[in-house]
Formats: sequence, structure tokens, C-alpha cells
Amino acid sequence: MTGHPGARGLVFREGLLWERSRKGRVGMSLPERDVPRSELAGDLVGEKPALPELSEVDVVRHFTRLSTWNFGVDTGTYPLGSCTMKYNPKINERLAGLPGFANLHPLTPERGVQGALKLMYELERDLLEITKMHAVSLQPAAGAQGELTGILMIHAYHAHRGRQRHKIIMPATAHGTNPASAALCGYTPVPVQLSPDGIMSPEAVREVMDEDTAGIMVTNPNTLGIFESHIAEIAKIIHEKGGLVYGDGANLNALMGYADIEKMGIDVFHINVHKTLSTPHGGGGPGAGPVVVRDILEPFLPVPRVMKKGDRYELLSDAPLSIGRLHSFFGNFATLVRALAFTRTLGHRLKNVTEAAVLNANYIKARLKGIYNLPFPRASMHECVFNDALQHKGGVTTLDIAKRLIDLGYHPPTVYFPLVVEGALMIEPTETESKADLDGFVEAMKTIAEEAEKNPDEVKNAPQNTLISRPDEVQAARRPILRGDIA
Amino acid sequence: MRYLPHTAEDLREMLEVVGVKSTEDLFGSIPSEVRRDSEIHIEPRSEWRLSREFEEMAAGAPVAFAGAGSCSHCIPAHVTYLASRSEFLTSYTPYQPEISQGTLQAIFEFQTMTAELLGMDIANASMYDGASSLAEAVLMAVRVKKKPKIAVSRLNHPHYLQVLKTYLRPTGFEVTELESLPDGKTDCSALPDDVSALVVQSPNFLGVIEDLKAVAEAAHSKGALLVVSFTEAMAWGLLKNPGSQGADIVSGEGKSFGIPHNFGGPGVGLLTCRKDFVRTLPGRLAGETLDKNGERSFVLTLAAREQHIRREKAVSNICTNSGHNALTAAIYMSTAGKEGLREIAQLNHDKAVYLQKGLENAGFRALFDAPFFNEFVMVAPAGFEKRYETLLDRGFVAGLKLGGFPGYGDPRYKDAYLFCATEAHSREVLDEFFAILKEVA
Repeated sequence: MTGHPGARGLVFREGLLWERSRKGRVGMSLPERDVPRSELAGDLVGEKPALPELSEVDVVRHFTRLSTWNFGVDTGTYPLGSCTMKYNPKINERLAGLPGFANLHPLTPERGVQGALKLMYELERDLLEITKMHAVSLQPAAGAQGELTGILMIHAYHAHRGRQRHKIIMPATAHGTNPASAALCGYTPVPVQLSPDGIMSPEAVREVMDEDTAGIMVTNPNTLGIFESHIAEIAKIIHEKGGLVYGDGANLNALMGYADIEKMGIDVFHINVHKTLSTPHGGGGPGAGPVVVRDILEPFLPVPRVMKKGDRYELLSDAPLSIGRLHSFFGNFATLVRALAFTRTLGHRLKNVTEAAVLNANYIKARLKGIYNLPFPRASMHECVFNDALQHKGGVTTLDIAKRLIDLGYHPPTVYFPLVVEGALMIEPTETESKADLDGFVEAMKTIAEEAEKNPDEVKNAPQNTLISRPDEVQAARRPILRGDIA
Repeated sequence: MRYLPHTAEDLREMLEVVGVKSTEDLFGSIPSEVRRDSEIHIEPRSEWRLSREFEEMAAGAPVAFAGAGSCSHCIPAHVTYLASRSEFLTSYTPYQPEISQGTLQAIFEFQTMTAELLGMDIANASMYDGASSLAEAVLMAVRVKKKPKIAVSRLNHPHYLQVLKTYLRPTGFEVTELESLPDGKTDCSALPDDVSALVVQSPNFLGVIEDLKAVAEAAHSKGALLVVSFTEAMAWGLLKNPGSQGADIVSGEGKSFGIPHNFGGPGVGLLTCRKDFVRTLPGRLAGETLDKNGERSFVLTLAAREQHIRREKAVSNICTNSGHNALTAAIYMSTAGKEGLREIAQLNHDKAVYLQKGLENAGFRALFDAPFFNEFVMVAPAGFEKRYETLLDRGFVAGLKLGGFPGYGDPRYKDAYLFCATEAHSREVLDEFFAILKEVA
């Protein structure tokens, strides 16, 4: 193959589902009516919902065509910073779909669900082994719910000690969900100054930490892809004034086998299994966001918890200091099955995962340095952040660069995040990209940089090869059309 | 190695470009005091050994005559097949609309069908599950009404109430619980003044269909919003939808539409509301617009409500939701369609009535004389507790034992069991269950 992987192909047009609808079609065989009909009282029965009426073939063609308009990790390189879009192993899907898991009712008595509880218990052990923390809950349904869980535990901890606090320290390099999670618990985020090298200094933290502050929310490595080297000292400052340290684990892919979460002084830490542990993101979820904690927070963990007594597994609900329940049942079990499949496939080689992820990010950084502007040149971990400063002459912006990458066959990096970098391009290749794929991406980025200089309109008019191009987002928000008209 | 592509030669070349001697050198910014001092003690497995170990843990699932938030339903093969397409499965949140139109249009269709099903103006792109959806619905009602008091029916799913309490604890909002009437419906006569929301589940946890019209009148007469919750989306294939009866916000669990039990998760939280509340609605929204060439396109919209724009002022912290299960539910809804969904819902009711009759013949009696959809409470004959265990050994979950379930400590529930039957239970299986029930008596 020569040139870039993006190419023109056969793109089908496809309307909305209900534009195919014809009265009287049903797309599935209905289960047999083998018992008598029992009518409900007429005043309880409503109109039939106006769902589209389609044959199975209609449904299959419709969604198959829609799928061809999507870019997934299986399609190609997906260097979306802070999202850790690594390859999703197929064996994990098969194992999550085993009938003994898929068909297991969550309220089956404990002795009927020993295998499922064992699986959860084993995953808990692996997460503790990877992070070196003391106790864990698998219940949170996503990273942001894991954050909420952590902050609820910090809130409960202070309440238990008899004095609630009102503020929480929030570095500018935090994920967007962090301040929102803190606000849900009534905490006011307090910003902390960023050093010129892109990390927090102990002095800056000391300045804002006081006895009304519940703690700090740290992403490490932060969203610039830089390790917060002063983390242990910062944690000490927080602890000395009675606060706690929340670790956002979205970037755990950079740490496995190298960092000890407990030694960092972190009290509670969430793990995005749909990132580090390869469970697919499904275009928006479901994920899972287990939290691991240091011993002082164990009593506050959500219930129920899986316990092992002898060779039997039990669900423990009786924990007086627990923050309570966070999920309809026990968490996103099927997602957790995939996570365990990943940890058990790699085992101690999870360290190699981290090494390859960090090498790949540094390789891209080294090759694009000078071609794109690097606002914080400090050592990168698993992702690196450039911006569009060198492309401004021809009027090309980060958004244009992102759109042009699509024509060349790559998913764009995260753009305009983190907020501390104007026009940010945040690139996270992950460990599953080969050198050849990274080189292809680098070449595409170079092509765009050249075009930005010589032929900026080519970049500004991108993408040209996609089904649609540059949808009017302003209009979409100003006059929102959030549903169609089935009838 | 399997998922790691670099050869020794690649590594050498890449390290040289980066300008370091070894990969170890890339970790220089991690100070020694926070370094891990041991290897990761997890043994790697081959695919085949891994499969054996997992198959052993997936040791078979009994037939469940229990619902309580997770009902057994038939899943057409093509629903799972389509949802498994890797372009859907391995993509992220659709931030780049040009290469995410598949996900975006599917969300738009999901929103449309969900709103239609529940009789509401708008639906979001999903929440984690039914319980978190309810918690977010209540927080939303407080944002609209600005009164920090909420009234909840005790007949909501106990787990949902627990999750709601977890979310509300740090807010200090005051929660009043409304008791049940002898007919198994919520008693709204004690609804306090000055509440932002009245939260009622229908069919409620005990399976009874609530009179939503009367409940809505009670809520609205006090200036409160009616939040309707549900755990069984299939019910709305048959019952009058909540929107037509005055609901302001409707939240619930949608896993009945093509998503298996999965030992409780993931499911898909549905959240819908009246259109005037759209800017307080949490979660993602897909909207229709035109692209620069005038082609119909879909984008994520109204992001100003969201955490990545407003940070601490966002209406919620939700980022990842249950998008893939929303897609699955959309495929399911379009597969069943208008006529199919009605027929399946009717079958659910018919099977449940058949199960109830069979249980009555075996000496059980119904706790309530009230209409139900596919779940109902039966008081068991003496000695059933032991038979329950035997039935489990024979491969049946004979309902959910209510005595001891959170919120059901009352003596009237001591021998009560919540049963569920659906279209997934063939007459053959039901009759086999009755036969074994008799045999172990």
C-alpha cells in the first residue's frame, strides 16, 4: 500500500429507521402463544407505541450501513488522548458472553452464583495487585461514577470524624469530570497553580491547603501526560492538614508495574477498566470504574461487597459506615469479565503494556517535535500534548488538523483538551499500535503541517472523504432537534 | 507478544529516535519513593487455559422466575450480532461527528423510540442503569423546582432507593417515604407540601400497576413534579405510558430490550422528560443538523450542560453512559416494532397469569388483588422455604424471597415471594416447574 490508509470507498446512503417502515411488518419471530390470553382492564391498556415496522432484513441492512460510517479501534489508529483506545481482544467478548454469565439472574441465591462471585473476587485481587492498595469495590459503573464514589467516601470519612469540610483542591490538569463529581458532593473546587514545567509544586499546594479543605483530586500522570513527580510530598501536605488524596486512575496505562499507588499517598483511586484493561467503549459505554482504597477508607466502601469465607463466596451488605449502594445490582459484571480476561491474559506482562504505551507516546513526540509546537517539553508518559501554534500563519487551527487527519485515515487525537493548553492536540497511541502504524500517523501529521503552509485550504476544507463534513453544531444547539417523527 | 506488536528491532529503532538507551529510561520522572518494588504477581494464561478457567466459573444459570429489576426475555440472534459489529463496539464517545455518524444516528433513533415508548418529549442517550437514572432524575427535579425536599414511594425498587440515598446523602436533601395501601399501591394522601418531586415506580416493586393519573394529580396539586420510575421497560408495550398520564420526568431500566441478565449489569438507564427541562437533563444528547453541504447530519449537542464544558457547574458528572446497550435497545425496539412489542408485552402478562394460577393450585395465595403486568407477590404455603432450596438444586429460582429483602422486614412479607414470568418461559418450562413443585411438596 502506498500513501495514507484513508481512501474513497463505497459509502451507502441510509435514511432514518422509520423511513423504511411499512405497516404490518415485524422483524422477529414472536414466541409461541402457548397459554391462554388474559386481558388487562381496558383503562390500563394504552395505545401501541409508534415504533417503526420493519423486517429483519431491513433492520440488519440499516444498522450494518450505520456501522460503516463509524471509526473504531478495529478500523484503525485511534490516538484519542486520555481515552486509551487500545485494541479490544476478541476472546474477552466470547468469555463475557458465556451463557452461564449472560443468563445469570442477579438475585439468584448466593450458593447458585458462586462462580460469578469468584470471578469478581479474583478481579478484585488483581486490581489490588496492580495498584498495591488494600481494598476494592467493583460497583461503580464508569470512571465518573468511580470518582463520585471516591468523593462520597471522602465526604463520609470527614462526616464520621465529626467535621465536614467544604473545599477540594483541583489542579487545572484534572479531567473535566473531577470538578463535577466534587460539586455533586457539595464541595467547591479550589484551583492550584501549575508550575511552568506542567506539574504541581508542593509550595503551590501548601498555599491553598487548609483545614476546610477535604482533599485533592490528582490525575497522575496528569492530562498533559506528565508524571506529578512531587506527588508523595503533596500527599503529605494534604494528610498533615487532615485531608485525603483522590487519584483519578484514567491514566493507569502509564503506571502498571512501575508505580505504587499507595506509596504515592493516594487514599482512593478509580480504574477505568474500559481504558487500561481493554474493555470496549461501545461508542459511549458501558464501562466500569472500580475504586481501590487504602485501609483507612475500607469501612466506607459501597455495599454489597464480595467476601471469601473458606472456599465459599458471600455478599456482605452489613457495613455501618458504608456510603451505600451505587448500582442496581453489583456493577457492570459483563464488563468486569472482560477486564479479568485481560489481566489474566497478560499477567505480569502488564508491565510490558505500560512500557510499550509510554515508548509509543515518546516516539510520536520525538518525531513530531519541531513540526508541531510542544508547549510543555517535560518527559511524557503515555500521551503527549502538542498545539497548533506553528500552523497559525495560514490560518489553520487544531480543528482543521483533526478534520484533515480523518481524510488521511486516522481518528483525530483529543482536541482542545486539556484546557491549560490553547489549541491542544492530545495524542495517546496506546501500546497496541505498531511502529509501522505510528510511522503512518506521523507521516499524516507531517503532510498536514506541509499543507498548512503551502495549501491551507486543503486542510480547512477537510474532511472530503467522509459521509458528511463539518456539521453545523451551533445550529444544532440553538434549535435542538432531539427526536425524529416516527408516525 | 499477542497484543504488543514491537519486535526487538522495532524497539531498538524507536528507542534511538526517542534518544534513550532502554525503556526503563522512559520512567525517570517517577521518583524512587513511589516506585513499585516488586513485579506484578499475576500469572499469564494462554487463551485455552483462560477459557477453561472462565467456563468453570460460568457454571450454568438456573431458570429464574424472578424479575425485580432484571427480567428474562427472548433476544433475537440478529440483535446481538448487529450490536457486536466492531465499528460500534470498539469506538469511543462520538466526539468527531464525521466518523461517528453510525453511533450518532443510532443514538438519535434510540432517543426517538424511547421518548415514543414512554410518551415523553425527549430522551437522553442513556444512563448507567435504572437506579442511577432515578437518582439523576431526582437531582434534575430539584434543579427545576429548587426545593430540597423529595417524596418517594416505598414501593420503588429497594436497590434504587438505596442508590438514590447514596447520591443524596451529601446534599442534605430531605426525603419523605410514602407508605403502601392494602392493595399494594402507593398512599399519596400524606404527600407533604413543598416537595420538588414525587417519585413513584410503576409497575411498582411488588408488581402492582400504580394509578399514575391519580398520582400525577396528587403531585401537581402540591406543585411537585411527578418522577415515574420503572424496572421493566417491556410493560410500556401494553400499559398506558407515563407521559400520557401526567409524568414530568420518567426514568428506568431498559435492559429488557435485547440485553441479557449479565448477573445484573450492565443494563441501560433510560431518562426522559418534558421538553422545557432539556437544559437540566444530564447526559449526552444527539441532535439533528445540516453539514456544510446541506446533508442531514447528527452531532452531540447542548454540551454546555456537560462536565467537559461547565466543570463544577455541569448538570451532572456523567461522561461514559451505556451507549452500546442503548444501541442494542434501539435495534431491539425496531425489530419488535409497533405490533411485535404489543404482542410480546401481552404474552408477558399472559405467562404471568398462567404462573400465578399454577402457584395458586400449589397452595400459594396472591397477596394483592390488584392488576399486575408480569410480576406479582404470592404468600407461600408453610414449609416452602426448604422447597425453595430444593427447587434451586433442580435449576429454578422460585421467585425472590421478600422476607429479609431490604425494606421488607414487615411480618406480612415473611413468607412472601415476588414472582415473574415472561415470554421467555415456555408453557413446557412452566409446567415442568409446577410438576417439580408438586413433587418436592
